[in-house]
Amino acid sequence: MSWTKKVLRVNLSTGSVTEEPLKMEWAHDYLGQRGLATRYMVDEVDPTCDPLGPDNKFIMATGPLTGTMASTGGRYSCVCKSPLTNTIACSNSGGHFGAELKFAGWDMIIFEGKSERPVYLNVEDDVATLMPADDLWGRSVWEADKLIRQKHQDPQIRIACVGRSAEEGNLYAAVVNDLHRAAGRSGVGTVMASKNLKAVVVRGTKGLGGIRDPKEFMKTVNAGKKVLAENAVTGQGLPTYGTQVLMNVINEVGALPTRNMRETQFEGASEVSGEAMHEPRESDGKANLTTNGACFSCTIACGRISTIDRTHFSVKDKPEYWINSGGLEYEAAWALGPDTGVDDIDALTYAQFLCNEDGMDPISLGSTVAAAMELFEEGAITTEHTGGMELKFGSAEALCWAAEVAAKGEGFGRDLGLGSKRLCEKYGRPELSMTVRGQEFPAYDPRGIQGMGLAYATSNRGACHLRGYTVASEILGIPEKTDPLESAGKPGLVKAFQDATAAVDSAGLCVFTTFAWTMDDIAPQVAAACEGDWSTERMMEVGERIWNMERDFNEKAGGTGKDDTLPARLLNDGANSGPAQGRVSELDKMLPEYYELRGWSTDGMMTDETRRKFSLPA
Amino acid sequence: MQKSLHIDPGKCTGCLQCESACSLVNEGIVNPARSRIKVFNFHDEGRFVPYTCTQCDEAWCMQACPVDAIVLNPTNGSKDVLADVCVGCKVCTIACPFGTINYNTATGKVVKCDLCGGDPACVDACPTQAITYVDANATGLDKMRAWAAKTDTSHGAAG
Repeated sequence: MSWTKKVLRVNLSTGSVTEEPLKMEWAHDYLGQRGLATRYMVDEVDPTCDPLGPDNKFIMATGPLTGTMASTGGRYSCVCKSPLTNTIACSNSGGHFGAELKFAGWDMIIFEGKSERPVYLNVEDDVATLMPADDLWGRSVWEADKLIRQKHQDPQIRIACVGRSAEEGNLYAAVVNDLHRAAGRSGVGTVMASKNLKAVVVRGTKGLGGIRDPKEFMKTVNAGKKVLAENAVTGQGLPTYGTQVLMNVINEVGALPTRNMRETQFEGASEVSGEAMHEPRESDGKANLTTNGACFSCTIACGRISTIDRTHFSVKDKPEYWINSGGLEYEAAWALGPDTGVDDIDALTYAQFLCNEDGMDPISLGSTVAAAMELFEEGAITTEHTGGMELKFGSAEALCWAAEVAAKGEGFGRDLGLGSKRLCEKYGRPELSMTVRGQEFPAYDPRGIQGMGLAYATSNRGACHLRGYTVASEILGIPEKTDPLESAGKPGLVKAFQDATAAVDSAGLCVFTTFAWTMDDIAPQVAAACEGDWSTERMMEVGERIWNMERDFNEKAGGTGKDDTLPARLLNDGANSGPAQGRVSELDKMLPEYYELRGWSTDGMMTDETRRKFSLPA
Repeated sequence: MQKSLHIDPGKCTGCLQCESACSLVNEGIVNPARSRIKVFNFHDEGRFVPYTCTQCDEAWCMQACPVDAIVLNPTNGSKDVLADVCVGCKVCTIACPFGTINYNTATGKVVKCDLCGGDPACVDACPTQAITYVDANATGLDKMRAWAAKTDTSHGAAG
């Protein structure tokens, strides 16, 4: 078991809240969380629907290991159709919200329709109630969190909430839980807000029983914890530096996209690195990093708890930001830093705080600001558009201002809320948008890490590192080292990472465990907890089934193999420096083999044979 | 040798493995809401603090109990609740200055840490050694060692 086998269905149009049994036949084929929620989407949602209309659904889903003692077993995903990409959206978050939902007795919540007035859902174990949220609307996540806590007078509730950016239609708005953990990508927060759903509040006191073989499960859990503790990345690198351990490493291999991906190395990388977060600052002798924090059940604890220098221009008159909160992680630090050319770690941390406070994906925000900066440099955007702000690469003032106006959806912030693709289209220079399927790139230049080019181009939710992290193999040598400048062999590698990640995401675990764990470490934990066959082979098969189902959803939404591409800059302009100098992404060499391995047609379309192989719904 | 729980909040990451382990051992299921050890997250200050019963020598809870349902475990020094004697009057929860003994509405009895009979589950589960089970007469040993390590007399003046 480990599933609670219960689904909460909330119809926001009618206000009805009902309980139904989890479809266990689907759980056996799609495991949970990402896979299982997508299976519900495929069954219930027309892929061609308007993502921000009442026909789209918004699902919060846990995995079977969410709420268990398996290390990192505390995750949940927000699944819906994305307004940013028009594809399936699935954004994963940690913190404590997911486990709390499980302890209240629910595997997932399906929200459908649209409420007339702003509401929030209050879940206390079996009882779920829609509550008016007029007083919360127009408030940031942090303000709303405070107001909800004042109202409920229960310090142990867990809250997932959208901010003002989502309310204002920012297309990369996040769902933020526990103040600074986020289901960040693809605009899942935008969809939540489009339903006039401000927050979900959960208190779970039932706990999680029903582990299939409790003794065996704890044996596998303890073995897994030991592997993580003894691994150099998960045992030392991530706790000490967080994912920011990568900043200097990726810069050195010449794959740190800089200034809207014009360049591949950033001269200020060390200033905004994980190491820099440990350096005492002049003003108060404290480091940016206060401590590391963990999500529920996580024995890695990569989370950064940080402060901003109180004398920094961004906050010197704003004591409300003199607190500790979720600090810079690598992707965010890259997008807000190297990609905008800003090397001011306090400016980056401030922008990150704003992303948490008002629920924005820092990757998309930073990349969109970077695109706007290039448009400004090219004269397509002027101070007339920005209301006077000089939107220059390297300007910390411009970055902080951009984050502020985007967070509130004010003035030029509305343009920034369009995301890079629509912004560049609006200002007549679509080629300057560094996106795939409309979603902004994360922090690895595919000219210097060839596998990532294919991973981005084929990612079911648009450009993303978390759908197939071949960086692990190409740079870190996990599970084995491959040459990052070589495209041969990468299609198989990308496919294996994509399938494995889909299974890990569906289990309720964090993909960061895979720096140390292989599927041979993960499958026994799932097998001991859940009824059914959960061997390594079966997990990979389930992952592959999920990948194909997502692809099929996108195809039915109107997507084709033509979307499997990269911006011309990455295909035509050679990297300007570093080990990858002169190289471009060799996507064209990798795609045909990838399609073949996937069992798709030569133009990248799903075949009946593959659909049958994985028993995908017609 | 009698041992006692020793908590170093500076090492805590807030993962709640201790709460899960406590509830699993004592309640049979993972349920942090029923854990005898609690981790408090002081968000704005960036601190995580685990907190549980310190097993006071002259335990207020034990003194206050009108039916002698709280007894000293002579082996490990814990003060244990005898569930079949407890009448659920909650006087102990008022007497305890630290709030570490609590009433359980599901059973009608109070619950508190009993050191798992001498093998505390929270200690085994903690990934950062923020919670350890050490010689009750020398809980400060690690702290002393850390400070001692900073004493460097090889260059004349220390520091």
